[in-house]
Amino acid sequence: MEIFAAADADVAAKVRADEIRATFTLPEPRASAPRWKGEPIHLSAVTKSFGARPVLRRLDLDVPAGQFLAVVGRSGGGKTTLMRLICGLDLTTSGEVRVGESRVTGLMPQVRLLFQDARLAPWQRVLANVGIARGPHWREEAHAALRDVGLADRGRDWPSVLSGGQKQRVSLARALVSRPGVLLLDEPFGALDALTRTEMHRLTERIWTEHGFTVVLITHDVAEAVALADRVVVLRQGEIALDVPVDLPRPRTGIASAEALDLQRRILAAV
Amino acid sequence: MSPPAQSEAAVLPAAAASVATEPADVRRLAGARAAAVGRALLPWALPLGVLALWQAAASLGFLSSRVLPAPSDVAVAFWRALGDGSLLTNVAVSTRRALIGLAIGGSIGIALGVLNGIVRPAETAFDSTMQMLRNVPHLAIIPLVILWFGIDEEAKIFLVAIGVAFPIYLNTFHGIRTVDRGLVEMARVYGLSSTALFWRIVLPGALPSVLVGLRYALGIMWLTLIVAETISSTEGIGYMTMNAREFLQTDVVVLGVLAYALLGKLADSFTRAIERRALAWHPAYQHGSEGTA
Repeated sequence: MEIFAAADADVAAKVRADEIRATFTLPEPRASAPRWKGEPIHLSAVTKSFGARPVLRRLDLDVPAGQFLAVVGRSGGGKTTLMRLICGLDLTTSGEVRVGESRVTGLMPQVRLLFQDARLAPWQRVLANVGIARGPHWREEAHAALRDVGLADRGRDWPSVLSGGQKQRVSLARALVSRPGVLLLDEPFGALDALTRTEMHRLTERIWTEHGFTVVLITHDVAEAVALADRVVVLRQGEIALDVPVDLPRPRTGIASAEALDLQRRILAAV
Repeated sequence: MSPPAQSEAAVLPAAAASVATEPADVRRLAGARAAAVGRALLPWALPLGVLALWQAAASLGFLSSRVLPAPSDVAVAFWRALGDGSLLTNVAVSTRRALIGLAIGGSIGIALGVLNGIVRPAETAFDSTMQMLRNVPHLAIIPLVILWFGIDEEAKIFLVAIGVAFPIYLNTFHGIRTVDRGLVEMARVYGLSSTALFWRIVLPGALPSVLVGLRYALGIMWLTLIVAETISSTEGIGYMTMNAREFLQTDVVVLGVLAYALLGKLADSFTRAIERRALAWHPAYQHGSEGTA
């Protein structure tokens, strides 16, 4: 019986390792990865109201080029509104938003957005979804982006056969194709299970380190904010309640240090 | 349990594969195959049974040929009509009318559905009129149509076009209105032009609904044609059956009905094939499963 149990455990461990390899193989970080220019974001005295209800009140925020910023807050605190203003899906009631040199007056081609749900067109294969904007060399670019997120061999699949994490990786690849100066992440990991979420964190951190664009991550998960960002801003009732740098070494392991936990407690107190 | 038992368990899959050639498993496989054949034949059992009963009733004199001809008589009529070429001519004429009417009515339905689905002012202007017209049975205007077009081809094609336009319009409109807003927003953020948005997001999103409309329209197409051809025609399946009625040739009448049934079934299979191809991305059409609509 012991032999049996031992053999079983052995096989089980092997199967599990195989499964993990099968579900997620991260490509090795490449030292020679092409870096593209991150763009700074400036908000000055931004107010946004829906009807008489102000969602953002005279908000000032500067995000230097290449920074990984996390915006934390309760639902209805104005996080998503802030993000829609930066990419130009909504316009300010008063005040000014600038991305790089240009003022945001409409949709910004250098800003890409990752939605809470992957929003893949189910009638296009994965590769066609990644190259949805169909630039001149979209096939090669889409393929390179898929390789970046570790899905090089899934280009010919329909989105419906992918897991939730894989779909979100495809949508990340889609955002990377055009080499955006700013990447906005609107709680893209919220619906994933804990293991997949950690993997997505590592992937996002790696790609950001390689390419050096500016990131604004919207999340209500304080641990996620501390695990990923250079800086955390707490948005409460349309105003900035806390603005702290996160000076933790990279790449981060996903296991919170005492310092990280302390930071999490401070941020939670402000939320 | 001892180690040898374990090694036996380890080779079990290989053993199972070799055992499959033994008599018991051959029997089991044969049984499974017979069951599969049975499943394939089962849908035909009822029609074939009815046919056998019908033939028996006619042969034994329970059923007058004035009321209903024996299936064998219909078969003879089929060979006769096939031989003198009248069947093929009539089927070709009817099919041509059906397809031209479908092309015209379908284009109008899709165009209006797309227009009203995308442009709000167009919906305000046209939709309530469409809803009003939709509720008029299009066969009710046959007297008017005969006055307008006489009994020429145009009359039949006009009626078919009107008949198919509405189901296609309604389903196209509905399909476009229910396209995922999130996808449209995504496409805008990712810089798709309006044309690209239409061809890559809106139209594929509406397609399942448009195809439901098409299948529904095909039924109406044949129905309209039958009525139109029986009222005023010199060619076509409807004419063939009405002409046969004059001479009490019930076998030819039944033959015409069967021709309609077959054409209808062909049209339906054709749409199903389109659906399987065009909706290959849809989970319901993967793994070889058939759609239900």
